[in-house]
Amino acid sequence: MSKEWPLWEVFIRGQHGMSHRHFGSLHAPDAEMAIKNARDVYTRRNEGVSIWVVKAADIAASAPSDKGPLFEPSNTKVYRHPTFFDIPDDVGAM
Amino acid sequence: MYAQMVKTASNGVKDTKEMSAEERAFQEKIDRNEKIEPRDWMPEDYRRTLIRQIGQHAHSEIVGQLPEGNWITRAPTLERKAILLAKVQDEAGHGLYLYSAAETLGVSRDELLEMLHAGKMKYSSIFNYPTLTWADIGAVGWLVDGAAIMNQVPLQRTSYGPYSRAMIRICKEESFHQRQGYAIMMKMAEGTEDQKKMAQDAFNRFWYPSLMMFGPSDGASVHSEQSMAWRIKINSNDELRQKFVDQTVPQAEYLGLTVPDENLKWNEEKGGYDFSDPDWNEFFQVLKGNGPCNHERLGARVKAWEDGAWVRDGMMAHADKKAARKVAAE
Repeated sequence: MSKEWPLWEVFIRGQHGMSHRHFGSLHAPDAEMAIKNARDVYTRRNEGVSIWVVKAADIAASAPSDKGPLFEPSNTKVYRHPTFFDIPDDVGAM
Repeated sequence: MYAQMVKTASNGVKDTKEMSAEERAFQEKIDRNEKIEPRDWMPEDYRRTLIRQIGQHAHSEIVGQLPEGNWITRAPTLERKAILLAKVQDEAGHGLYLYSAAETLGVSRDELLEMLHAGKMKYSSIFNYPTLTWADIGAVGWLVDGAAIMNQVPLQRTSYGPYSRAMIRICKEESFHQRQGYAIMMKMAEGTEDQKKMAQDAFNRFWYPSLMMFGPSDGASVHSEQSMAWRIKINSNDELRQKFVDQTVPQAEYLGLTVPDENLKWNEEKGGYDFSDPDWNEFFQVLKGNGPCNHERLGARVKAWEDGAWVRDGMMAHADKKAARKVAAE
């Protein structure tokens, strides 16, 4: 059987000034074709001004089971949010 | 509905007490309306059922290009041709979004295509009917895409994250499809006597096959319960079919077309129309492969796949060669 085209993840900048956002994935033989295909598959209605593609196999991801150790510690650090501090109205906008 | 009679891989809905700890946590997550993501734990049956459902949905989008593609070269104006091209291209896009969603469940797109080509996976029964006249293109957009929207809008809230996201993108684009179909029907219905006749004829032929798209009636739909508990099916077949009829009848009246059902009657008590069932025997025959265009449709898909093999292989070989050259240069 023929070799299947590798999978690419597609990131698109929707407008100038915004960051690239994950849009989906597609198959293509190489990066150049992946960008061309991404243009046809994901930007048929002016959804983007720039495209990034990266081989899906090259993405490293955190495991769902690591959710607790990774993200829970910040729950107890409420002082990182500005609303933790009461500033009197008399001080004015801060 | 683009996925019909998806067999749920399950032996019935389990009671909370019968579930393992993992299964219970999984079900509770769904009940809280949280999404399941590709790397999360999921029951094997959930994964297998979803591959079947999303795969069948993807195949429908791709095979669905064939009856409409039939009219691209014969569209009555350049504008209609451009619109139909854009619509058919959207269907290709929808198929690709869905194949990507299915692939997150551990099956490859080529594997799914091979199963379709070998007759081991299905696509919607509706695409096994021919598009004989230009009015059929109007009827397909209005009725077939209309029925698909009915099914796909609730699926935006389905429990599986990648499927839900694909549905959201598809629904955004689908409304164009239905409106362009209805616009064709309006033009035909306002036209000459012959054009009006064509519109009515297309409506007559597509009405019952469109009702079949929602699948058999609830009593005969054996796989629903588990799929509903998993939120990969949101509404029952009959519920969606009723909604579709109630929405479509006034649209037909506006066009001055007659619904081909002498039993169609407003039922004040239930606040909806009473209507005749489609011929379920015909439906099962079409699913079995005995519809008017089953051979032609599958044949066209297999031919496209086989004829394109040398292009796919050539491009892959070129990409490998370029990559090897780059490594050698470094």
